[in-house]
Amino acid sequence: MCLGIPGQVVEIVDPDEHLARVDVSGVRRIISIKLLAEQDVVPGDWVLVHVGFGMAKIDEREAQLTLDQVQKMGQDYLDEIDMFKSTDVGDGISA
Amino acid sequence: MKFVDEFRDPAAARALVKSITEIAGDTEWKFMEVCGGHTHTIYRHGIEHLLPENIELVHGPGCPVCVIPMGRIDDAMWLADQPDVVFTTFGDMMRVPGSRGSLLDAKARGADVRFVYSPLDSLKIAVENPDKHVVFFAVGFETTVPSTAVTLLRARTLGVKNFSVFSNHVTIVPPIKAILESPDLRLSGFLGPGHVSTVVGIRPYRFVPEVYGKPVVVAGFEPLDILASVHMLLQQYADGRCEVENQYARVVRPEGNTAALKLMAETFQLRPHFEWRGLGFISQSALKVHDDYADFDAEVRFSMPGVRVADPKACQCGEVLKGAIKPWECKVFGTACTPETPIGTCMVSPEGACAAYYNFGRLHRETALMVGQGAPVG
Repeated sequence: MCLGIPGQVVEIVDPDEHLARVDVSGVRRIISIKLLAEQDVVPGDWVLVHVGFGMAKIDEREAQLTLDQVQKMGQDYLDEIDMFKSTDVGDGISA
Repeated sequence: MKFVDEFRDPAAARALVKSITEIAGDTEWKFMEVCGGHTHTIYRHGIEHLLPENIELVHGPGCPVCVIPMGRIDDAMWLADQPDVVFTTFGDMMRVPGSRGSLLDAKARGADVRFVYSPLDSLKIAVENPDKHVVFFAVGFETTVPSTAVTLLRARTLGVKNFSVFSNHVTIVPPIKAILESPDLRLSGFLGPGHVSTVVGIRPYRFVPEVYGKPVVVAGFEPLDILASVHMLLQQYADGRCEVENQYARVVRPEGNTAALKLMAETFQLRPHFEWRGLGFISQSALKVHDDYADFDAEVRFSMPGVRVADPKACQCGEVLKGAIKPWECKVFGTACTPETPIGTCMVSPEGACAAYYNFGRLHRETALMVGQGAPVG
């Protein structure tokens, strides 16, 4: 549950609501970046994604290393991606 | 050194193990990894077999699913059974057994239990189903609390009336203190939790060296991170230092995430005490929804039974969570209690020590015994 998966910010969907579209291993979903409001997240940045929220900004190298690592988790990783696919908070619910 | 081949950088791993073995000398070392994510990495990569025999890694209480006492699961199931309630939860919690089965069983009986990836998904279900009341089963340490905090703020902003949170959020420092106070565990130091620390920073651990004289190294989740952190702990002893260090500095800022901490303080407050599986009642160790947000507090909106339920007698999760026994030393491990039919929480979550050992650790241990590899051979 405490798994954090790196995602790359593709687009800031709604700056006021702190919504960003991120790409996690080819799957694109909208997450909240409100917890990173002080850190000026822009497209191209990598963030650690946990339960639909950007938790920390990370550099690209760290992102790649972490991604390699979590992919080695096999089924746990696939489950996490499945859960990520299921999220759908892109229509003004998110904050 | 069989297991090291799976590492991202086997040469670096070999060098670290060599240096660890040298510094460790003949002393018996016992380091506790607080976080379940670390336990997972350790078993997954057979790290305990890479380290010399005189270094023991003790698994700690940092698996949020594992520490929820049975009575709270019963309360969750009671909520799920209420008319017109949609009960939402992270997938990890679905199979955790209460005294009358799990949430999965409740769902099979017809309760509207849904798993969600994010608390925001839960809020969305509430907005889309105004004739239902949607409860979110909030679990997790400080890693997860900020996400629930933002969801509460958003619920208020949107004026949602049919949404509440059943908070079982817990905090990391009190159980560390409880473990330090327990007389039967003589630990040499701690691997501090990585993702919790992205939120709380590294300062909250200062009492560990200052009051208890044990070093802490906040560690990342790669196998190399674990080895590097063990090395840093030993190096502190070799240098005569005792402090909090941050091995995971590429992600964890010393001050943590101040924006997240502020949102948490707005929406949650400390409970006077909370029961932990295996550790008993610990004061100021858990968070309830803030009084200012009482409309969104499931414990205020519903009169839950709130009955305390003792763990099943056969289950030794408590001993495992305190690091007093290893998973395979539990009487029901792998026989009556497996990931398919868990008796205790430690067998349910992938971060639980028993599940991690069942899925990965056994193979490593068997291989290690087979090749006579109690200690690394180079």
